[in-house]
Amino acid sequence: MKATVLVRPKEGILDPQGEAVHGSLRALGFAVSGARVGRIVDLELEATDRAGARAEVERMCAELLANPLIESVEIQLEQA
Amino acid sequence: MTETRPTVAVLRFPGSNDDGDAAIALEALGADVRLVWHAEHELPRETAAVVLPGGFSYGDYLRCGAIARFASIMPAVRDFAETGRPVVGICNGFQILCEAGLLPGVLRANRQLEFLCADVTVTVETAANVFTARCAPGAELVIPVKHGEGNWFGDEDLVAELESGDQIALRYTENVNGSVGRIAGVTNAAGNVLGLMPHPEHAIDPLLGPTGGLPILQGLLDAARAGALATA
Repeated sequence: MKATVLVRPKEGILDPQGEAVHGSLRALGFAVSGARVGRIVDLELEATDRAGARAEVERMCAELLANPLIESVEIQLEQA
Repeated sequence: MTETRPTVAVLRFPGSNDDGDAAIALEALGADVRLVWHAEHELPRETAAVVLPGGFSYGDYLRCGAIARFASIMPAVRDFAETGRPVVGICNGFQILCEAGLLPGVLRANRQLEFLCADVTVTVETAANVFTARCAPGAELVIPVKHGEGNWFGDEDLVAELESGDQIALRYTENVNGSVGRIAGVTNAAGNVLGLMPHPEHAIDPLLGPTGGLPILQGLLDAARAGALATA
């Protein structure tokens, strides 16, 4: 089973990377009022049941993939 | 009476690059330094203090310090810290200790998104830990920083908790990187684990510039000697 983890800077947290991207897009003439930059982690899981897979990915997020102080995560599961 | 030379373990991760300077500085101040490779499972038996040096462990993959906290040596560091003996993380070492949960908060990309290399002035906020015990609260130290990710973050509740617990050790006099509360260094609740972005090991010899790192490393060695005597 495949899973995708979207890691985003939490709302309200200063995101210097997003601000730089925002400023650059404005400089290029795009009408953008904000940009936030996060990270995508694509996973190939050995698990076959969705509930078990989700629980496992949640643990991966807590233990390694994101820092809960500053990042939020969204988990997307897809059947291979 | 000869002064004891406490054993200080300086950890080496793949990508550490201030381990050599840390060793030179600590030896110059009277320590017996052992460089300890990250793949080890134990610290030398006579270890009286641990230093996690600066650098770019594991290429800063994922987040700074996020991978290093799983190094084989880290459980031994955690056990050592729990005994109350001194542990210091400098720069990348600070990032590792935060990711490992041994210190509060997290270090993020500098507000200006630029690598910062400069002598900065920090204020000693408290003398309630072994590392700043030689300083008067309010004293100013000039120490170099060199980092791209030194922007300390903690939410309001965490900052309030650190303030009430006297855990904010150092603040920048000017906010050089966007850190919440201009925080440059924090300790754990017990006061025996310190993390700081400035590099005290680069600031001990007047020939090379400011010497603001001296009292911090001397404080570390004072505590190491006291601990080594207590357990001898």
